[in-house]
Amino acid sequence: MNWSFQTDRPIYLQLKEQITLLIISGQYPAGSRLPPVRDMAADAAVNPNTLQKALQELEREGLVYAQRTSGRFVTEDEKMIEQAKNQLAAEQIDRFIEKMAGIGFTVEETLALISKRVKE
Amino acid sequence: MAILDCSGLTKTFGPKRALSNVSLSIDKGRIVGLLGPNGSGKSTFLKLCNKLLTPSAGTLLINGEAPGIKSKSLVSYLPEHNYLADWMRVCDIISFFRDFYEDFDASKATEMLVSLKIGERERLKTLSKGTKEKVQLILVMARQAQLYLLDEPIGGVDPAARSYILNTIIKNYNPEAAVIISTHLISDIEPILDDVIFLKDGEVVLKSSVDEIRGENGVSVDALFREVFKC
Repeated sequence: MNWSFQTDRPIYLQLKEQITLLIISGQYPAGSRLPPVRDMAADAAVNPNTLQKALQELEREGLVYAQRTSGRFVTEDEKMIEQAKNQLAAEQIDRFIEKMAGIGFTVEETLALISKRVKE
Repeated sequence: MAILDCSGLTKTFGPKRALSNVSLSIDKGRIVGLLGPNGSGKSTFLKLCNKLLTPSAGTLLINGEAPGIKSKSLVSYLPEHNYLADWMRVCDIISFFRDFYEDFDASKATEMLVSLKIGERERLKTLSKGTKEKVQLILVMARQAQLYLLDEPIGGVDPAARSYILNTIIKNYNPEAAVIISTHLISDIEPILDDVIFLKDGEVVLKSSVDEIRGENGVSVDALFREVFKC
């Protein structure tokens, strides 16, 4: 996994987003066990406390859950993962539409451009 | 619980105040960056923690006691200078450290030497400056200390070794131990830090967590440093 962090936002938020992406994309499948905090932190080259904070946030949202002795797991609730997926898609689309508006395209024009581009 | 506690800590050299009224508390389990421009008092602070200097005023406690023989068994210190005897071989120094520190893990040191491709039979005088620095850092990190004080640990080594060293600090993470790192290479160490302390002319001008700085200012610690210490 290639972790990368931007300089303008808290690292734990970026970790949270990237772990969410790993779950949505199935690299951490539903119900599977997450690697130990220390290993994940070493892999991402971040402070273990920061990673812990990201995981606690995901726990609060329900995407992962902790089991007292055996570590953290991805939720078994596929619906919830689907929801997270849709939400992420919506965010990406909003961002894209905003950027296209910045260039000077309306939503309709953008849609037309997309279907034209896909056909090419 | 705080592993290091100081209040009103001051060190003067004649008319010069190297450290002025510093009050800090460092909790166990934290990795802290001690940041400041040249001559801001970073090394002076770390030397005071190791009793290489004595305070002109104020108090400094490590695990509840003044720096001394007892604190030295808890503190693993990487000084700014290389103090290892040039004629020794790497393996000699390893056994030296094993004899000297009860908490020294020789197998851990050997493992790191192998990863960084440093031969145990090499004599220190035949090693490059950067490699000597790596050896010294390996010795410091191979201890199971409660407080690591690292004075510019990555300044003299190449970027690949830098990543390895930072990774070693992460893997070595122990909720019962704290790490204080002084450095100028902020962007390199920023992701592994919990908190940062900015020193300016011997005074603490900022103490905050990395994510607080990023959340409140919308900039990295590195960018904030450039702003605060703009020349």
